[in-house]
Amino acid sequence: MTTQTLAGVTVERDAEGFLMDPSLWGEAMAEAIAAEEGIELTKRHWEVVRFMRRAYETSGAGPNVRLLARTSGISVKELYALFPKGPAKTAAKIAGIPKPHGCI
Amino acid sequence: MDEPIAKVSIVVSKGSLEGVYPALIMANGARAEGMEANLFFTFFGLDAINAKRVEHVKVAAVGNPGMHLASLLGVLPGMSAIATRMMERKMEENDIPGLPEFIELVADAGCGLYGCRASADLFGFTEADFVPQVKSIITVGEFYALSAGGQIIFT
Repeated sequence: MTTQTLAGVTVERDAEGFLMDPSLWGEAMAEAIAAEEGIELTKRHWEVVRFMRRAYETSGAGPNVRLLARTSGISVKELYALFPKGPAKTAAKIAGIPKPHGCI
Repeated sequence: MDEPIAKVSIVVSKGSLEGVYPALIMANGARAEGMEANLFFTFFGLDAINAKRVEHVKVAAVGNPGMHLASLLGVLPGMSAIATRMMERKMEENDIPGLPEFIELVADAGCGLYGCRASADLFGFTEADFVPQVKSIITVGEFYALSAGGQIIFT
C-alpha cells in the first residue's frame, strides 16, 4: 500500500494502484490515474468510467468485462480498444473503485 | 515483487467440455488482466473451433472419475449428453457462457485463436471448417515463435 497525492488529494492505494477509499475519488483524480495508464480520457472512456462508478455505487462492485459489455451496451471489442490493458480492471482503477472480482 | 506474466499461450488438446473450458477461462482472464493471450487448438481440441462441432462438445461420461459415475453407467447411450446438459445448466446458473459465445468472447477480447497444422492435415480440416474467429492454421514452429517471451500452458 502506498500513500500519495493525486489531483491535490492525499490517498492510499493498493499494490495494483486501486484506491483504498473510493469516497475520496473525483473526476480530476480520474484524469490523473488514466494518465498513469497512458490513457487520455475521451467521451467514450468517460461513459465506461461513469458506468463502472454507478455500478459500484448501486451494487457494491464493478462488473467484469462480459457483464460490463452486456449491461453498458458497449461491445467487448470496443471496450478492449478503449482500455487495452483490461477494460474492467483499468476502468475500475480510473473510477476509483475496487478491482472487479470473478473469473469470467 | 515478482515480474508479472505478460503473455500466455495455451494449448488445447482435448475435445471434451472439461478439456476446453479451463483454457478459455484462463485465456479470457489473461486478457482481462491486460496480458497477451493465444489459444492453439490441436488434436481433438480442434472440435472447439470446428464450426460444425463447437455446439456439440460434451462432457466425458467414461474414464472421468470426477463425474462420480460408474464407468459401466457412463457407457449407456445418451449418458454423455445427459451429463453435458446437467453441466450446461449449472454453467448457465453461474453465468458462464456457452461454448460458441465463449469463443466469440475471447476472440473479441483480443485473444489469438489458431488451429494446429499437423492436426488439421490429419483430420482433413481447412480454415473453411473452423469458426470465423480462428486467425489461421499454424505449424508448431509458428506457435513457438508466437509464444516467444511468454508462458506456455498445455491442457
